[in-house]
Amino acid sequence: MHTSSPHLSAANPVQHLMRQVLLALIPGLIALIHFFGPGVMANLFAACGFAVLCEALVLKLRGYNLHFFLSDYSALVTGALLAVSIPPYSPWWMIFIGVFFSIVVAKHLFGGLGQNPFNPAMVGYVVLLISFPVYMTHWTAPSELASTPSLLNSLASLWSHDNYDGTTMATPLDLMKQNEGQMLTFLYANNPQFGSYAGLGWEWVNLGFLAGGLWMLQQKLFTWHGPVGMLATLGILSALFYDGGSSASGGSPLFHWLSGATMLGAFFIITDPASGATSNLGRLIFGAMVGALVYCIRVWGNYPDAVAFAVLLLNFCAPFIDYYTIPKPYGTEDSKS
Amino acid sequence: MNSAEYTFHGGIRPVEHKEDSNTTPIEMAPIPPMLVLPLQQHIGSAAQACVNTGEYVYKGQLIAQAADANGANVHASSSGHVVAIEPRLIAHPSGMQDTCVVIETDGLDAAIDASGYPNWQNLDRTELCNIVRWSGIVGLGGAGFPTDRKLNAKNIKTLVINGTECEPYITADDLCMRERAEAIIRGCEILKHIVGADSVIVGIEDNKPEAIESMGKAMPSSPDWKLVTFPTKYPSGGEKQLIEILTGRQVPRGGLPADIGIVCQNVGTALAVKEAIEDGKPLISRITTFTGQALSRRGNLEVRLGTPVSYLLDYMGYTEQKVPRLIMGGPMMGFILPDAGVPIVKTTNCILAPDSAELPLPKPAQPCIRCGFCAEACPATLLPQQLFWHSKSGNSDQLEKHALSDCIECGVCSYVCPSSIPLVQYFRAAKHEIRTHRAQQLQAEKALERFEARQQRLEREALEREATRAARKAAAKAKAEESSRFADEADPVQAAIERAKAKKARLIQQNQPGAQQNAETALQNLKAKLASQQSSLQQAEVDGKGDKIITALHASVSRLEQQIAESNTEASSQDAEK
Repeated sequence: MHTSSPHLSAANPVQHLMRQVLLALIPGLIALIHFFGPGVMANLFAACGFAVLCEALVLKLRGYNLHFFLSDYSALVTGALLAVSIPPYSPWWMIFIGVFFSIVVAKHLFGGLGQNPFNPAMVGYVVLLISFPVYMTHWTAPSELASTPSLLNSLASLWSHDNYDGTTMATPLDLMKQNEGQMLTFLYANNPQFGSYAGLGWEWVNLGFLAGGLWMLQQKLFTWHGPVGMLATLGILSALFYDGGSSASGGSPLFHWLSGATMLGAFFIITDPASGATSNLGRLIFGAMVGALVYCIRVWGNYPDAVAFAVLLLNFCAPFIDYYTIPKPYGTEDSKS
Repeated sequence: MNSAEYTFHGGIRPVEHKEDSNTTPIEMAPIPPMLVLPLQQHIGSAAQACVNTGEYVYKGQLIAQAADANGANVHASSSGHVVAIEPRLIAHPSGMQDTCVVIETDGLDAAIDASGYPNWQNLDRTELCNIVRWSGIVGLGGAGFPTDRKLNAKNIKTLVINGTECEPYITADDLCMRERAEAIIRGCEILKHIVGADSVIVGIEDNKPEAIESMGKAMPSSPDWKLVTFPTKYPSGGEKQLIEILTGRQVPRGGLPADIGIVCQNVGTALAVKEAIEDGKPLISRITTFTGQALSRRGNLEVRLGTPVSYLLDYMGYTEQKVPRLIMGGPMMGFILPDAGVPIVKTTNCILAPDSAELPLPKPAQPCIRCGFCAEACPATLLPQQLFWHSKSGNSDQLEKHALSDCIECGVCSYVCPSSIPLVQYFRAAKHEIRTHRAQQLQAEKALERFEARQQRLEREALEREATRAARKAAAKAKAEESSRFADEADPVQAAIERAKAKKARLIQQNQPGAQQNAETALQNLKAKLASQQSSLQQAEVDGKGDKIITALHASVSRLEQQIAESNTEASSQDAEK
């Protein structure tokens, strides 16, 4: 057999990378289950099942080798990311629509793995958010504040969603947005949904995703540029507009770091290499712009959380960022000491 | 001994496999029954054979001479008869053939008388360069650029000696430095003298402690000489990468190390230079690593150039593999040999014969997920993921913008690619396409130039023709006018009748007695006519009239001369009769 050099490879294959991403989701998942009940597991099973189904269907339609392409685990990652983004106890058809848009429309209609200009999970999420705002804006209350169903009941809720309507509550991001006239200390004291720094449970969920993210960073699945860009900008903007915790405050940096989908976005979403910028400088800019947009939409926009919108908007800009951030090749700058 | 302060972007740390072949000393390979010496063994141009089939050649005898400055001489690596000068399969990934001098060895290994210049300090730079050039020395570490061309550079401050040998498996330079450090340092001194460098830096990766030790011992203890070690990382042996590691400076893009006052030579080359200058031995052998699990003996051999690889594989105990793969060079940049019969050439630093467990065949490629691992590893700070994208779509503008030409084909991008995409292969193909395209463009431009020049010439000629035609027309018109003026004066019919009468009278006169006198008049007439024709011929030549006119005038002049000569003989014969 005739092959071209190099004849040596020690690469971490794609399926291994995808498995690592799935593993990195575990701490965040545990926190989600602990604080919001096993509903997220129902989401996860349904979303992953649908994702593999959709992927297999499209691969078959495209005449691809099913085993070869299914075994890259990429559909599972998309399904899992969508599952942790949507509220627990979502009905099956909603999950299916989300997955369909993620896998079929956002991924395969644009050419499949690696060719998607938009983050598939976020496309699915935004389609659901715009189409079913009532379901999508009601997040389950933390289990400390309301009774959460068992795993079996959670699975049953896929078919009978309305049973658990009563267990939802406004999220801390909602409360922060709707806050009128209360100092932050009072807001925190008056609403049981708040914990020490951010939302009750949400702090831990975000710390869980942060832990998974740091592990991936240590495993060199991606570079620090994207996450640091996003978290730094978000932190700087929230510090600038903190206003000493007054009634006009947008929330503290810690509140923003540990609320909503911040850490999930910073380590699992904007690090999607296909839809993001590709050079290190580009990734830094990409992350910073996402961070800025997240803050702007959270504080001055119409939606309580904004990671999905910010990411999709920046996905549009990624080729433009890439165009202007091509690194200088060796020999273009004199000595770099 | 110093540690390097600098490093370069990216790089990888593959499993080294150096201990497979560096535990035994260098062994002299036996003389093969047949030597096959290709006339081109490096980048550049082919040499021209200067021996004939059937001729007896001695070891070290020049058998092919460099055709130009980019070529290198080839010498016989043992004694014997030249049995053929013909195309043979050479060490090239494409399996192409090229002209080779084939020598049937006689086992005597009889060498030509050669003496070197142990007192080379007395020779000047040009003389030393000429010896290096005569000896056919090329860079033994890489592509084999003729060494004398590098040594001709001006304003060199630093001589960098490359003992990095960063590719896995290869230990030829390692063993060479361990065993022949003294000679290498002598070579470095000669090189330093030739290029006029102030200082010498020898760079060795820290995975060769024995080599570092022996080189350190052999080196003169002077502040001008530095031995620098640095962490093992591929491709730190790349010329540009090594220069950055040792000096912290980058060779300007598109430039040469000489542009920043540096000349870089491999340790093997330094040894070859020493042997050429001090011992008068041209480049006829080199040290080559034989390694890989398909060999029962692994180690380094000093092999005669032109020795068939298959002969040496047998010598090292090669077991044929199910999927036989023989790699010339290392696993990162080497190429698969089309056939084991090809000869060892000047640039052959390693023959790797792996079994399939050792170097598994590449997995089928998956789609690029743009993870960017390749960009992290690229020593040229390129974006291979973008280059891949653009080379697939054949977008040469974007390929240029992403600096495809700066790719050194080191292979780290393919090595780290989680989708097992043969990126280097894509880049080679794209580079080739761009080169072909550029050549075609150049050709098209030249053709356009030629076409335009022809158009202009045709137009100019048409104009000239038009001008002559107009002039002729005007002349004819003027003549016609003139003759019509004469016509006014005399009746043309009458004139013609008179002319006819005069002619008749002339003829009668000629045939009558007293013809002698008439003949003389005719001769006079002829002579007058000749004079006028001659003058008009001169005029025509001066005016630069067409060839036709001049030839016609010539013909008429010679005709007239002949007629005059005939008349003269006639006259004289008539005289004799009288």
